Amino acid sequence: MKIKQISIFLENKIGRLAEVTKLLADSKINIRTLSLAETAEFGVLRLIVSDPDACLKVLKDNQFVAQETDVIAVEVQDKPGGLNRILEIFHKNDINIEYMYAFVEKKVDNAIVVFRIDNAGKAIAVLQDHNIAIVSDDIIKNL
Amino acid sequence: MIWNNEYETMQPDKLRAVQSSRLCELVARLYKNVPFYKQKMDSLGVKPEHIKDIKDIVKLPFTTKDDMREVYPLGHLAAVKNEIVEIHTSSGTTGKPVVDAYTQKDIDIWSEVMARTLAMGDTCKNDIVQNAYGYGLFTGGLGVHYGARKIGANLIPISGGNTKRQLQIMQDFGSTVLTCTPSYSLLLAEIGKADGIEFSKLPLRVGFFGAEPWSESMRKETEANLQLKALDIYGLTEIIGPGVSSECMHQDGLHIFEDHFYPEIIDPATGKVLPDGERGELVFTTLTKEGTPILRYRTRDITYLMREQCGCGRTQVRMHRLLGRTDDMLIVRGVNVFPSQIEEVLLKIEDVKPHYQILVDRKGQLDSIEVQIEMTETLFSDEIKNINANEKRIEEALYGTLNVHSRVKLVEPKSIPRSEGKAKRVIDKRQL
Repeated sequence: MKIKQISIFLENKIGRLAEVTKLLADSKINIRTLSLAETAEFGVLRLIVSDPDACLKVLKDNQFVAQETDVIAVEVQDKPGGLNRILEIFHKNDINIEYMYAFVEKKVDNAIVVFRIDNAGKAIAVLQDHNIAIVSDDIIKNL
Repeated sequence: MIWNNEYETMQPDKLRAVQSSRLCELVARLYKNVPFYKQKMDSLGVKPEHIKDIKDIVKLPFTTKDDMREVYPLGHLAAVKNEIVEIHTSSGTTGKPVVDAYTQKDIDIWSEVMARTLAMGDTCKNDIVQNAYGYGLFTGGLGVHYGARKIGANLIPISGGNTKRQLQIMQDFGSTVLTCTPSYSLLLAEIGKADGIEFSKLPLRVGFFGAEPWSESMRKETEANLQLKALDIYGLTEIIGPGVSSECMHQDGLHIFEDHFYPEIIDPATGKVLPDGERGELVFTTLTKEGTPILRYRTRDITYLMREQCGCGRTQVRMHRLLGRTDDMLIVRGVNVFPSQIEEVLLKIEDVKPHYQILVDRKGQLDSIEVQIEMTETLFSDEIKNINANEKRIEEALYGTLNVHSRVKLVEPKSIPRSEGKAKRVIDKRQL
């Protein structure tokens, strides 16, 4: 139930992000959602894409430092308290979130939020106990 | 096997006495016979009678590469011209060549120190020495030649180049000792392997490699490929050629033949002599040479001296294999920093490939060092805090070695400019 996120090391230089999106566009890889974490000197671009393996290959072939990481994508009810419910479950079960970001797409009724959690296995079990829908690779591919 | 037990295992106090009397004699001779040195000493107000002990060497003037060019061709000759029996010169690729003029006694000394060198790898009468250093004005070929002849080994004076023939001779005559540059040893191995030669089935057992800088990883590669023990040897035309120092079978520093060539390590910025173990510029005085002796020659090579007793039984001081050139040295906040130190630290940190650049700048009164390192798979993480922790870890390791703070900046792969040949490691932006 984990999905693959691609992260990429980027220096803070004009046009560098556009180089990545151009590369993915040329390779017919669709970006489902993204988040950019930054410091004064560099950024880490995190992507959820239609084909993570192909994405990683094309990045490495073009001398980017990139890696695949497992993350969890969770359906969150699109109403007040929707996200809070999930976060409380994590909190009560002592699950620490490293970072999170939301999907920009909306072909499903619920919002989708991506969580990066060190102990992903435990998080999945806890979410399942609470009947919270976890988004699979297949769904991401066909969004 | 120790070639000259008397000198190579001499007790330190006795050796000091030998060095002292040889230095006094040398200085008197230079002052009398070489106007270039008389002038240098006079300008410092030093007379031969001020030199009574090897410790007094610090009173004497240095000789630089520029000095050697100034005296070209024979302004540094200390012997009568017709006593010279042989002349060698450096290639002179960066200016006028450096000249070494040998009397018969100088050739005898050269043969002696090269016999000691070859004996470091247990070379004896039964060995077949394939000498692939170039013969001619270059000192490498004839230096090894004289040493092998003195030992009475079976010498093959094949000289450099013609790799196919080298490999044929090596197989046909069963060479046991190989002498050449380290890069040529790699080429021999590569071509030999392509030709299907199994080096493990050849009697080759030891190689003496020098005349250019090489690394531990090159040593491992050469040893594995050629199936021999690879020893590092050191020398320079200004001093005598090869035969100034050599590794023994312990491969832990190069023994300097200090009864002939007196070593000092100095701070390249101030000229002050540094204690044993401290890294600095290597300086040599030729204690016994007749033709073109030299006082306190600044080699511009960086190393340190190792005074502890070596397992081989020799007592003569060792120098660490070369750690860089003074041309690359930086002085940051009063501390001497060598790019080679930074390289060593990076190599120790797992999987950091040495693609780096050092930027030195001055903001206000304070110097700053930034070490840019290309990002690798293992240093990268999807989490910023892990990347920052890796930067910090490298910064701490650098501080532990350099004793001055530097900032590490991870940059994208291939973003540090590659140059043909030698990499440009240091960018000094200070306006001093």
